[in-house]
Amino acid sequence: MDVKNFDMGEVDIAWCPGCGNFPILKIIKRALAELEIEPENLVMVSGIGQAAKTPHYFNTNVFNGLHGRALPPATAIQASNPKLVVIAESGDGDMYGEGGNHFMHTIRRNPNITNIVHNNMVYGLTKGQASPTSQIGFRTPVQINGVILEPFNPLAVAIALDAGFVARAFSGDQDRAAEIIKKAISYKGYALVDMFQPCVTYNKINSFKWFKENTYYLEDHDVYDRNAAFEKATDKGKLGLGVFYINPDKIPFEENISVYRTDKKPLYQRPVDLKKLDTLIEKFKFAV
Amino acid sequence: MSILKDFKDDVSIVLSGQAGQGIQTVEFLLTRILKIAGFNVFATKEYMSRIRGGMNSTQIRVGTKPVNALLNRIDILIPLDKGAFTHLSDRISDDTVVLGEEHNLSDNFDRDRFLEVEFSRIASDIGNKIYSNIVAVGTIAGLLDVELEAVTNYVKRHFASKSGDIVENNIEAAKAGLEIGNSLVHDKRIVVDITAENTEGQILLSGIEAVGLGAIAGGCNFVSSYPMSPSTGLLVFLSKHSGEFGIIAEQAEDEIAAVNMTIGAWYAGARGLVTTSGGGFALMTEGLSLAGMLESPLVIHLAQRPGPATGLPTRTEQADLELALYAGHGEFPRLILAPGTLQDAFYLTQKAFNIADKCQVPVFILTDQYFVDSYYNTDAFDISKIQNENQIVKTKKNYRRYELTKNGASPRGIPGYGDGLVSVDSDEHDEEGHITEDIDLRVRMVDKRLKKLERVKDESLPPELIGTDDYKYLLVCWGSTFNVAKEALEHINNDKVSLLHVKQVYPLPQQTTEFLSRAEKTVMIEGNATGQLAKLVKLRTGFEFEHKILKYNGLAFSVEEIVEEVKKVLD
Repeated sequence: MDVKNFDMGEVDIAWCPGCGNFPILKIIKRALAELEIEPENLVMVSGIGQAAKTPHYFNTNVFNGLHGRALPPATAIQASNPKLVVIAESGDGDMYGEGGNHFMHTIRRNPNITNIVHNNMVYGLTKGQASPTSQIGFRTPVQINGVILEPFNPLAVAIALDAGFVARAFSGDQDRAAEIIKKAISYKGYALVDMFQPCVTYNKINSFKWFKENTYYLEDHDVYDRNAAFEKATDKGKLGLGVFYINPDKIPFEENISVYRTDKKPLYQRPVDLKKLDTLIEKFKFAV
Repeated sequence: MSILKDFKDDVSIVLSGQAGQGIQTVEFLLTRILKIAGFNVFATKEYMSRIRGGMNSTQIRVGTKPVNALLNRIDILIPLDKGAFTHLSDRISDDTVVLGEEHNLSDNFDRDRFLEVEFSRIASDIGNKIYSNIVAVGTIAGLLDVELEAVTNYVKRHFASKSGDIVENNIEAAKAGLEIGNSLVHDKRIVVDITAENTEGQILLSGIEAVGLGAIAGGCNFVSSYPMSPSTGLLVFLSKHSGEFGIIAEQAEDEIAAVNMTIGAWYAGARGLVTTSGGGFALMTEGLSLAGMLESPLVIHLAQRPGPATGLPTRTEQADLELALYAGHGEFPRLILAPGTLQDAFYLTQKAFNIADKCQVPVFILTDQYFVDSYYNTDAFDISKIQNENQIVKTKKNYRRYELTKNGASPRGIPGYGDGLVSVDSDEHDEEGHITEDIDLRVRMVDKRLKKLERVKDESLPPELIGTDDYKYLLVCWGSTFNVAKEALEHINNDKVSLLHVKQVYPLPQQTTEFLSRAEKTVMIEGNATGQLAKLVKLRTGFEFEHKILKYNGLAFSVEEIVEEVKKVLD
């Protein structure tokens, strides 16, 4: 499929020139086109932030909800119509900070969605405060003496919760990032892709060059080995890229709930069975 | 011996004891047995926020005529613990008869009005003290002259999943109780003269079950919520029937997730509901605002309990009207419905889904602990009256979710149905649903959203007048207070007094003002401290109530209380 299917045409993009979001937009479009996903059949869900604007630059169905709240509607959209492909995309502050509780519990719930988190270790839209993934010592107008909080480790948390698919990509390497995204979308269940990207305006420390020098691709790594994945995710040295962990045995939420066991129709195609309701009301006559 | 007491046509039986002593089992079995036997029954409970201990009570009313409201009066008290006498001291009168075990009797209670029934000893003789509650069930059934078979059949059915011995022992216990009840009547120790009508075609259910059935009738197929008293029953009810009706019922990690999920479900074509109480709803208010901006339908069951904060978790109050009315940042229309009866609960909830869908606004069903936990027999809901209108359109290429139309509502498409794309945005957006900062468009979008209130008004449910049209005094109530006020009106028995029940509290139906202006004196009856509906009426119409009867101690109004307070006004 032609990548252009996802292009919006003339659109005023709100990102700074040189923003890491631009390559991410390209990467996801490419992955979707290569997977032959129809724009009509895709829903991009996001929260609030610079990364959360991404769906507006896609020619597809969009649910741009509240800050931190992309995952609950994404879960429900997928559950209400499992025929849709659902991607929840937002930044590190949105997904790991404001939406931290949903992040944990969505992993537990395991809906068949792909969660792409733009991780630039800083807040963009609110102008440069620390994000949950900012590194110790990172100075901002609020964290004036540098960040003192331990950075949130999304991969380690996801692996600890036995998320089905856990990966990290880098916006500076579009070929490999697109491959990782394709694998994530193809995985049946919740898939996390933490996407490193530079913020050219507010993060002068973790620049394109810094990411280049401080990351490496996992090699000879058994993605089915959870302990090995956890070890790689918590390694204090350079930061790994690639697929960290896959659990091929997980059953997605939509298959676990009873609604689709015999009837595969999405909810909008199912009017209530009033005869059945009448039978239920009848039971109250006999005080059951 | 002389007749101790003669109860005619209406008896109020109250069981009181600690949590975990089995009051609920007695209430459950007895009301159902009596309903099947053709009696009109009503039951309501008040309980503490604990699983064991404390002191709780349940009132069971049995009447020759339909009964559906809380009485202060206790005719027969069955204490399962001595503490019952302190707990209910202001409700026990010189006419109250106590039935039960001597060790549960208060030391200063008049022994002449005590009928000893050794529930525990009889139960122990059968095999285990655990059967004592069933002896009590049997005893009361005996007082009302229920046939043995009706009692044993139900007990058998209720304990069907237990082992043969347990079923047999329960039946023995019920039988033993029934015989005692019969002999108390036979010996003229007590007379309970209530005629069993034919209630066969009627249903016996609680407020929460009526809301639940109404939700299913309205096509609800998605519910996500976080447990919180007293709203949890609806999540439980819909979960219980999820398999049968294809409902996705999900316990969310918090109320924020619950409401955002439910809005997501509507976006994808489901009909979704959240059920919560004040504190939980407070967490949903940002989501409510999201529904306002996305123009998403949403149905919110808000079961009120006293606040602020955690308040009294298991008690009742009508103090979240203003919360429902003003919750959510920004300006957007909404609809607030407050059922007063089980019939209302069913039909209004069903309607809520259709109005939400048609007008693309959030709709509240405002109940409270008293309403959801009370049950009585009522006419079976009529499925032939149910009509659900599917508002989802199949999208064409170039579909615009927020197309500007005359009446404000844009046809609602969903993703994956048609050739169009459906984009919704919590930011201000253009007709396509994409983020915009165009200030002229902003104004058009605000106007568009607010215009939907007119559509909501078109669906308006008029208030219901009970009593004469030619009234001098008008009592006004909303929600759960209705049945109590209605019975109070009967007792007041004054053809100059009528009662107005406002079922749609917002937007206030036009007729409200007409009704009010015709009265010489108006009395607002509300279960809160500041008169929230009275304030709303004043704000919207300028009308000021002469009198307010307000209650906010955590308990529901009783019939007697309203009678007494209204009589003060009548002079």
